[in-house]
Amino acid sequence: MSPLLEVRDLKTQFATRNGPLKAVDGVSFTLAEGEIIGLVGESGSGKSVTGFSLLGLVDPPGRITGGSVKLMGREIVGLPPSDLRKIRGREISMVFQDPSATLNPVLTIGMQMRLALEAHERIGEAAARERSAAVLARVGIPDAARRLDAHPHQFSGGMRQRVAIAIALLNRPRLIICDEPTTALDVSIQAQILTEMRSLAEESRTAMIWISHDLATVSSIASRLLVMYAGRIIEEGPVAAVLRQPRHPYTAGLLASLPARAEPGTDLVQIPGSTPSLFDLPPGCAFQPRCSYRTTECGVMPDFMTVGTGRSHRCHHPLGERPA
Amino acid sequence: MSALIDVRAVSKRFAPRLSLGEKIAVRLGQPIETRTVHAVDGVSLEIRKGEVLGLVGESGCGKSTLGRMIAGIHAPNDGTVTLDGAPILGADGRKRTTRIQMIFQDPFASLDPRIRIGETISEGPIAHRLVPRAGARAYVETWLDAVGLPRDAADRFPHQFSGGQRQRIAIARALAMQPDMLVCDEPVASLDVSIQAQIVNLFLKLRRDLGLTMLFISHDLGIVRHISDRIAIMYLGRIVEQGPTEAVYRAPAHPYTRALLDSIPKLVTDSDELVTFRPISGELPSPLAPPSGCHFHLRCPKAQPMCRDAIPPRTAITGSRDVACHFPLEA
Ligand SMILES: Nc1ncnc2c1ncn2[C@@H]1O[C@H](COP(=O)(O)OP(=O)(O)OP(=O)(O)O)[C@@H](O)[C@H]1O
Ligand code: SF4
Ligand SMILES: [Mg+2]
Repeated sequence: MSPLLEVRDLKTQFATRNGPLKAVDGVSFTLAEGEIIGLVGESGSGKSVTGFSLLGLVDPPGRITGGSVKLMGREIVGLPPSDLRKIRGREISMVFQDPSATLNPVLTIGMQMRLALEAHERIGEAAARERSAAVLARVGIPDAARRLDAHPHQFSGGMRQRVAIAIALLNRPRLIICDEPTTALDVSIQAQILTEMRSLAEESRTAMIWISHDLATVSSIASRLLVMYAGRIIEEGPVAAVLRQPRHPYTAGLLASLPARAEPGTDLVQIPGSTPSLFDLPPGCAFQPRCSYRTTECGVMPDFMTVGTGRSHRCHHPLGERPA
Repeated sequence: MSALIDVRAVSKRFAPRLSLGEKIAVRLGQPIETRTVHAVDGVSLEIRKGEVLGLVGESGCGKSTLGRMIAGIHAPNDGTVTLDGAPILGADGRKRTTRIQMIFQDPFASLDPRIRIGETISEGPIAHRLVPRAGARAYVETWLDAVGLPRDAADRFPHQFSGGQRQRIAIARALAMQPDMLVCDEPVASLDVSIQAQIVNLFLKLRRDLGLTMLFISHDLGIVRHISDRIAIMYLGRIVEQGPTEAVYRAPAHPYTRALLDSIPKLVTDSDELVTFRPISGELPSPLAPPSGCHFHLRCPKAQPMCRDAIPPRTAITGSRDVACHFPLEA
């Protein structure tokens, strides 16, 4: 059986004054039906651009310059905008950190949901209301039928994000790309949404790409993890296994720096240096300037190596098995 | 230890600020809430010399407003803040002391892009005669050393620095005023994960080397636990619990603290482990219309009728802790 989504060597660039900026530089992964995959990395590592690229939502000066994205076996890179629009919202939808990116402040929630439904099917007003209310209720909005007549500003931040999620769910997509959907929310609301999204994925077999910079959040929802650094995936594997025994020095460094890994009040383990500028990456491994394992070999780009069960990394000197 | 900062029953009220969506809605003639927000509602607090007090709570609970009152940036509507017994604000409502400095979340917004770093750091100290203009360069270099920046940073402009470096610059600027007390409002929240540890370590070092007292405001409960001696938990304008950090984390006494700690995602390193949250039910109520009595009663699993009717007073419990709950958990 072919996977739901198959991404091969995806490359997305932005034309800038300083030359081309390789925001996504050869990303590959696959996603099965109903699977939740976590995509982590620092600011600017290319997580969001990866998400936009999958939806064909990269606008000039950005451009997908190479690679392939297959959704249920069908190539979507290079499809005309009208075909992409049919896929968006229907097959793949997206939830953003800021729900106001999705919500129109002057329309009622009910009207926005009806428009989202009508974009993909013929549906009467009463049926649209009924479907919309059911989805709102599903994401935990109390008194859903009545709230259809409310405007976005009448909801709290957490509720607005639920509405945005409801709109993303409306046409029962096969895949939802969630770009930091809980980052701006309070922990108590985040916990509610994580719990609900997980059971949604289970019940409806919807696959999700969960983008975040927070390892703990991702580990509580995803089953597989992709770690990005400077436009590339540098480590992949089952979440718990990667977090227990990271292979890439960057993943290991991130984990080691967590406050929970140090005695209160003592110095945290820190990754030296600063996040790289995509304009002056060293030849070879992008993590070199900050890596304590680097050798001259690292001046050559390491391959993305698969070892063992579903684990891959891009490093010449991966960390080995350590006694637990 | 004696109290360096004494916060006595301070309150701050704001007229509501409208979001873009609300402004549009007002134009369209929709009814919009225009009641006053009680951002901070009669809060008392002591910060002892040399300690780090962590202040945590969810968005809109008033932690930044309280921090700004302690830093002397906002004048309270009621109550006072004193430093070593003397009010930090003059009769004109303006800050009278340079001994408290503030570090903000966004190192991009807090630095003037057109001014060289050296001048940014020396401006305040020269104006307050902490250093003569002639000695400014050497003075700036001392503080650049202290925060781990190269000395030639003095000649450069903010845009030439990364987020973590800009936060170091903001810290150097605050330190150059030779404060006793730093109020840090989410100082690592906008930094990359791999940079956060560097800045946390810098705060730990400054505290060791300079004996600074700090109020450390954050929504990141992991970082607060790491850096603070004591924590105070805020909910909708009030402090609901306060005590030594480890004791509070280990055995929270307020149901809200318990729920907050249960909501933090944990790092899963065992694939058989099924992650279960016990999310707090319900939403964070609007600060415009907080529930009566204990503000938490609508979401609290232990609530009884009296929680709706009476505001629970902050009551001392063992271990220099206090809690504002009618039915505190076994601590
Ligand atoms: N419209 C654009 N024009 C030019 N460069 C862009 C544009 N959008 C993104 N980039 C660049 O692409 C790179 C990857 O950005 P991206 O937004 O994917 O990062 P991210 O991993 O999502 O970061 P964050 O954690 O901050 O959301 C960055 O260097 C960014 O500056
Ligand atoms: S390839 Fe070399 S520099 Fe890059 S992470 Fe591995 S050891 Fe470090
Ligand atoms: Mg992003």
